[in-house]
Amino acid sequence: MKETLLEILEELKPGVDYENETQLITRQILTSMEVVRLIMMISDEFDISISPLYIVPENFESVDDMVKLIEKVQDE
Amino acid sequence: MKTVITAFEDKMMTLKKQNQWDKIAFQDPKYSLSYQNLQRYAKSLATAILPIASKNEVVGIATNRGIHTIIAMLACMYAGTPYVIIDVESPIERIQKIIQVASFKLLIFDEANVHRWEALDGYPSIIVQDGCTLVIDEQGLEDRKKQIISTDPVYILFTSGSTGTPKGTVIHHQNIVNYIEWFTTCFNISDQTRFASQTPFYFSMSVSDVFATLFTGAFLYIVPKSYFTFPIKLFDVMNQMEINTIYWVPSAYQMIAQMKVLDYVLPQHLQFAMFAGEVMPTKVLNYWMDKLPQVSFANLFGPTETTDICTYYKVNRRFANDEILPIGKACENLEVFLINDKGELAAPKEEGELYVKGSFVANGYYQNPEKTKEAFVQNPLNPYYPEMVYKTGDLCKYNAQGELVYLCRKDFQIKHMGYRIELGEIEAGCNALDEIKTAFCLYNGQKDEIICCYVGKITQQDLNAKLQTKMPYYMIPQRYEVLSHIKLNQNGKIDRKYYQEEYIMKK
Repeated sequence: MKETLLEILEELKPGVDYENETQLITRQILTSMEVVRLIMMISDEFDISISPLYIVPENFESVDDMVKLIEKVQDE
Repeated sequence: MKTVITAFEDKMMTLKKQNQWDKIAFQDPKYSLSYQNLQRYAKSLATAILPIASKNEVVGIATNRGIHTIIAMLACMYAGTPYVIIDVESPIERIQKIIQVASFKLLIFDEANVHRWEALDGYPSIIVQDGCTLVIDEQGLEDRKKQIISTDPVYILFTSGSTGTPKGTVIHHQNIVNYIEWFTTCFNISDQTRFASQTPFYFSMSVSDVFATLFTGAFLYIVPKSYFTFPIKLFDVMNQMEINTIYWVPSAYQMIAQMKVLDYVLPQHLQFAMFAGEVMPTKVLNYWMDKLPQVSFANLFGPTETTDICTYYKVNRRFANDEILPIGKACENLEVFLINDKGELAAPKEEGELYVKGSFVANGYYQNPEKTKEAFVQNPLNPYYPEMVYKTGDLCKYNAQGELVYLCRKDFQIKHMGYRIELGEIEAGCNALDEIKTAFCLYNGQKDEIICCYVGKITQQDLNAKLQTKMPYYMIPQRYEVLSHIKLNQNGKIDRKYYQEEYIMKK
C-alpha cells in the first residue's frame, strides 16, 4: 500500500521527499487543492470513500499517517 | 462621503451613539478587535507613519493573514499613504520586483515576518505591534486628513504581468466609496452581517468584505487558509461565530462540494453566499443549492481594475450541470458594453470584449504608462470628448434572457485557483533558467491545470523544485511535458494550437 501511495504522491506533486517528510501539511508542502486532489486519487485507487470527518491535518502529515487512515477506512 | 476615512469615521460616530464601540469588528483565530480598538491602534500606527512617509508615498504591508493586516491597512489610510499588501508566502524575488515597481518608502511588518528576509533588512520599517503604542498625534492626523482628497490613492494591488514584472492597479478613495455603496446596498450588508473572509488581502475580492465591514459596522472573521483544506474545522468555526454571509472563490466552494462536506455538517446561520474570481462550476453550485435551499447565491464578476466587481447575477433559477452561469448585468452606477473585432458595439447575440465605464474604474497602473495606455482607453463609442473606459480583455456575450455570459480571456491570461495569471509570466520564469532551452505553458480550463512544455536538460522534478523557489505556489505548473524540439507554426511562433490539441484535447 505504501508503494502505491508513494506513486500517487509522486504523480500529484513531483520533487518532494515523501519517504521522510512528516510535516506535509504543517510545512504547507501540499496546498489545499493538492490535498483535495490527493483525497480523490486515494479514493479512486483504493476504492474507498473518506468521510470529511477524517479529513484533518493529522491524517495527512506523512505517508505513514495516510496508510493508517486508509486502513482505518477499509476496516469500517 | 468623501474618503474612505470619512466613511469609516461616520460609521464610528453612529456606533458610538448606539453604544456599540466595543462590538468586535475583526477576529482571527488568535485575536479579536473591537471597533474602538481598531481605530485606536490604526491611529497610533498612523502616528508612527507620519514622520516617515509623506502623503501618497507608498507603504508595504508584510504581515501574516490576520487582524494586524487590517490595522496596518487602516493606519495607512489615516496617514494618507497608499499601501501594497505583500503576499508573504511568495518568493523574495517576486517581493523585490514589487518593491522595485512601487518604490516603497516604508515597510510595515508583524513580528512573524520582520526579519524573515535579509534582503529587506535595510528598509525603514515599523512593526505593527510596536506601532500600536496608543500614542496618537491627533493634530498631525487631522492635518493629514485635510490634505486627502477623494482622487488620492488608497492602495496599489499587484497582479501578474506578462513581461515578468507585476502590474499594480492604483485604486482611489472614490473608487472604493462608490463601489462599497453599491455592494452594501445591493446585498443588504449591515451591522447585522457576519462575514467569514476567505480571500487573501492581496487579492481584490477582499476589498469587498473588508471595506463593507468598515463602512457598515459588520463583523468579519478572518479564516486561515488551512481551514479550507480541512473543512470540518471551518464549519465548526462558522457556526460558532454565527457567520451569515460569505464571499469566496469558487475553488473554495468546489473543495467543499468535492469532499461532500455538506452531507455531514451545515453552516447553520448562513443566509447569503457570493462568489467571484473565476468561473463557478455549475455542478458545484447545484450541490450547495441542494444542501442549503434557504441560502441566496450570487455570481459576481470583475477585474481588480474596477475595484472588485463590474457585473453581478443574483441566482434566481436552477441551472443544469452543463449550463453556464451568467455574470448578469452591470452594477448600479456603472456601464458595461461589448466591442466586437471591428471595434464596434457588438450586435445583440454577437460576442465581444467587455468594456467598463464608471466610478469603480481605476485610473491605471503604477509606474507603467505602456500597460495603462493599452487597457485604459478612450471610449470607442464616444468621439466627442475625453472619456476613459477600461478594456477587460474578457470575451462575453448576452444570452437569450439578456444576461451577460463570460466566455474566456481574450489573450493568454488565465484564472487559476482564483488568481489571475498570465501564462507568459510562468514562461518567462522557466525560460530564465539556464537548463531550459525553450519553455511554454498551456492551460487546461476543464481541469484547472497549468501544463509546462519544455526543451532542456533538466528533469521534471528538478524543474518543479526550481520553480518553487521563484514563483508563488499558484503559478507552479501541475504537469510537465518534455519535448525533443518545438514545433513552430507558419509565423515562426510556437504552434500553441497544435500542442493544445496534443495535450489537452486528446486526453
